[in-house]
Amino acid sequence: MTHPKQPVLDRRHVVENLLADRGELLVVAGLGASAWDITAAGDYALNFPLWGGMGSAATIGLGLALAQPERRVLVITGDGEMLMGLGSFATIAVQAPKNLAVVVLDNERYGETGMQETHTAFGTDLAGMAAAAGIAATATIRNEAELQDAVAVIRHAEGPIMHVIKVKADTLPKAVPPKDGAYLRDRFRMALLGDAAAV
Amino acid sequence: MNNTTWPDDIFRALMDLDVIQVGYVPDAGHTKLIQTCIADNRVRAIPLTSEEEGIGLLAGAWLGGQRGALLMQGSGIGNIVNMLCMARACRLPLLMVATMRGQWGEMNPWQVPMGQTAEETLKLQDVTVYSVDRPEDVGEAVIAAGRIAFNGPAMAAVLISQRIIGSKDFK
Ligand SMILES: Cc1ncc(C[n+]2csc(CCOP(=O)(O)OP(=O)(O)O)c2C)c(N)n1
Repeated sequence: MTHPKQPVLDRRHVVENLLADRGELLVVAGLGASAWDITAAGDYALNFPLWGGMGSAATIGLGLALAQPERRVLVITGDGEMLMGLGSFATIAVQAPKNLAVVVLDNERYGETGMQETHTAFGTDLAGMAAAAGIAATATIRNEAELQDAVAVIRHAEGPIMHVIKVKADTLPKAVPPKDGAYLRDRFRMALLGDAAAV
Repeated sequence: MNNTTWPDDIFRALMDLDVIQVGYVPDAGHTKLIQTCIADNRVRAIPLTSEEEGIGLLAGAWLGGQRGALLMQGSGIGNIVNMLCMARACRLPLLMVATMRGQWGEMNPWQVPMGQTAEETLKLQDVTVYSVDRPEDVGEAVIAAGRIAFNGPAMAAVLISQRIIGSKDFK
């Protein structure tokens, strides 16, 4: 497989655009840079940033989307994290939640662990795999114009949606969300379900 | 096996526990229960490609205010250890019902290592485990595990012994 052209989009810029005027949006972020990115855009109660469970971000989004069919659910994760949970494309396709969008910020690297190339650097096509699994709304986004069109789709179009956004392999300053999983869980549930949801 | 009632007892227990999302990776021992879950629209039966997906699914379900359960073969316990760590770190409720292989008269030697270590593997991650040897105890064990899971929140598993399911012999 050959190396495709160098990505140009900045991941923080992408996430700022995806989360602008987020309102009631429910956001799950995969471990590592994606979690820092959503936090850089604001540490909200309706964020669920992961510190582990590599490969689970998309299925967390699925369970949440099925439980909350009236709310939009957005999963933002890395290419490495998504590669560890590829089966979830098929599982999401079968359930077909209209309110779920999965965005992979594809820097073609395992950024958190030393910038090793992921399979996507050699041509593995995550959007193609999602499409082949049965997710209808897939795309690979490479530039600003495409991003601006994609934001509206990701935020509002009928799901399930799976978009790959090619981003530069930069290491950016960490914006660190709270680490305590039980706190993140309660904060999220209370914001979504009310104070009685506290454990 | 056709006139056994324990799969119906599990289904009734899941109803009593207000379980809605039922993720599953098939096992022969769960055939009847999976059929029931697919046919009954009070629950949403969700086929998974791997048991790991079930932990994510049920984490999301509970964040969204719904209860769920994971139906699996005991060997799937080997697939989920790192996901159990996520559920543990977040103290998420997790109700698992596994039909066991590799425990009692197993004909497939590749099933034996996980069958013999499943319970310990779960306990190492702080999962409450009820191993059930008698069909009449299965339904009650699921209720008890569900109470541990959803009142905790905590992780609990019911392991249905191969003595209940029966072991085939390929001669
Ligand atoms: C099961 C498991 N294996 C490996 C790791 C180590 N790890 C942490 S983050 C990460 C890379 C994530 O890469 P990616 O999702 O592409 O994110 P980004 O490049 O945006 O940081 C890896 C391999 C882990 N946390 N868990």
